Amino acid sequence: MFGYSMAEIGNVFVMQGFSGLSLFSVLLLMALGLAIIFGQMGVINMAHGEFMIIGAYATVMLSKFAVKYDFVNYYFPFAMIVAFGLAFAVGYLVEFVLIRHLYKRPLDTLLATWGLSLVMQQIFRSAFGAKEVSAELPEWMLGSFKPTPDIDIPINGVFVMGLTALITAGVFLFMFRSRWGLRVRATVQNRVMAGAVGINTKKVDRITFALGCGITGVAGAAFTTIGSTGPTSGSLYIVDSFMVVVFGGAASLLGTISSAFGIAQAQSILQFFMTSSMGKVTTLLTIVIILMMRPEGLFASKIRK
Amino acid sequence: MNTLFNRLIGGHKGAVGLAMLAAIIFIALPLGLDVFRLGLAGKYITYAFIAVSLVLLWGNGGILSLGQGIFFGLGGYCMAMFLKLEASDPISTKIQTTPGIPDFMDWNQITSLPWFWEPFKSLPLTILAILIVPTLFAYIIGFAMFKRRVGGVYFAIITQAIALILSILIVGQQGYTGGVNGITDLKTILGWDIREDSAKYILYYVNGLMLFGCIFISRFILSSKFGMLLLAMRDKEERVRFSGYDVSNFKIFIFCVAAMFSSIGGAMFALQVGFMSPSFIGIVPSIEMVIFAAVGGRMSQIGAVYGTLLVNYGKTIFSETYPELWLFLMGGLFISVVMFFPNGLAGLYEKHASKLGFIKRYIDIAKARRSAATNDVKSTKHIQEKGAKA
Repeated sequence: MFGYSMAEIGNVFVMQGFSGLSLFSVLLLMALGLAIIFGQMGVINMAHGEFMIIGAYATVMLSKFAVKYDFVNYYFPFAMIVAFGLAFAVGYLVEFVLIRHLYKRPLDTLLATWGLSLVMQQIFRSAFGAKEVSAELPEWMLGSFKPTPDIDIPINGVFVMGLTALITAGVFLFMFRSRWGLRVRATVQNRVMAGAVGINTKKVDRITFALGCGITGVAGAAFTTIGSTGPTSGSLYIVDSFMVVVFGGAASLLGTISSAFGIAQAQSILQFFMTSSMGKVTTLLTIVIILMMRPEGLFASKIRK
Repeated sequence: MNTLFNRLIGGHKGAVGLAMLAAIIFIALPLGLDVFRLGLAGKYITYAFIAVSLVLLWGNGGILSLGQGIFFGLGGYCMAMFLKLEASDPISTKIQTTPGIPDFMDWNQITSLPWFWEPFKSLPLTILAILIVPTLFAYIIGFAMFKRRVGGVYFAIITQAIALILSILIVGQQGYTGGVNGITDLKTILGWDIREDSAKYILYYVNGLMLFGCIFISRFILSSKFGMLLLAMRDKEERVRFSGYDVSNFKIFIFCVAAMFSSIGGAMFALQVGFMSPSFIGIVPSIEMVIFAAVGGRMSQIGAVYGTLLVNYGKTIFSETYPELWLFLMGGLFISVVMFFPNGLAGLYEKHASKLGFIKRYIDIAKARRSAATNDVKSTKHIQEKGAKA
């Protein structure tokens, strides 16, 4: 097959599969925020990629700071907290100024947040320069381990995956096992009723949106360990992450996880056998065709609309 | 005046607006601008085709397509492929390894013309392709989506994904499409040099006339019963469906018409500007096209044309002098149009026009005439004219 031996094909699958897992982590982290904002609230946030970049720049800046004061090995947890906090704060502000006026006009939200993304990109460019920057990685994150001589697995990828699993679990607990999650789901399902039983729906909206942005900020922190950050890096992932959410079934967390996995794996394995652009085209085209046949996504919610 | 004529120009008020636009496009701009600037204006007018199509589709139909770049690009590529084949005749490409094929194919070690380039050797087939290929593509997308009642934001996201796919595909298949540079060095059409100044003027006028043709066609559609159904579908789709209409067919039809308009715009772009590249297909251009219509007024064809001209003029001025400022302005434009002027320039005009004396007099005359019309058809006529105005 393609002139490779079976063992080589196996190794390719393991390594490409692993690089797919890194892509999976980024896509999933971005899509988790989007699954809350878009899947639950129905707001199309085209500036979602830029919220990720807020987190990424926060991490990069903190890593520079860490190099200066010599605590490179320990800064990453702080970076995640700062990234979350910053993205949360900006999200809170954006909801207050922009989004809350547009809940009834989803298509207009799309345009307004696209405008927001342009403004944010230019702010990044003015503040941090047009060149891409990378974070200084802690020593323990560098290098790779080799289970067999032909297979190379980078440690930062493993770390990001662990992180992703943790955050996913956190989001799941928050949405389905906490009072707040209950309020969020109640507000989404029936705003008027939720208000009638004493839930402050406006506050829920604001916190939910900000939380989705915060999670994306953490995605940005994770992103710095596997890629470099530029003003427009976020916009490269925006269509992919929307596809992940739509493909998985907008209201289903499990769907989001499995579609992020499927898309990331398909893309990185196909990219090895075809050119990188054809791999991406094939993946996206498959998703679009599947969505045309099954518009509700893989895991449709059973609620009647 | 007979009714068809009245429907096309949209009554008295529509006539004033159309005459003003015609005066600007056909007289003021060619007289006031040098050839280079006029070429830019011509380029903007080709974008106005998309804005007009979005007024039909988005303003009146409530269907936001973030993929109009797809159809603009398809039309543009069809035209560019024809022009490129004409420019790469065996004599002028004799230094290539394989003479007679476009230069970028030769650079990519392709030795014979791919099959899908063959039809573009003839102009009639090319024109047919410009009209049919994007429309067919729109039909397939529309059929798959609207028949399953996919609409609103999902439609927007999926059309956006298709725009992304097409642009990646064109960039990736360099040997067949010219890659990221696109199809360049277009010289003549049927031996007539399109780069000369006189040709630029002629193409500019052809372009403007075609735009007016598209405006007339869309007015004709909107002032018919179909136009009213379209508005009804936008506002209460379920009710139209329960009244026994097949909503999806109407949506598919309007999406196809919009695709065809955009495609004509794209073809005119290739003729007028002399190249076509994937940078007009992807996500960013497709969404920028929406803002042209939004700034001008999503309900007004004429407003959309002004919006396109203004936004692009602003883009040219600012990106030449203050490139950093442009993205702020563009972003601010998106946000402020949505938040404060959802009906764009046309909305502002409607709102303030009544304060301007001379226009008020016009409207009063029109109103008087309208109320003088026979009583029994009064109610339907009123609605019809409302549709024609929009």
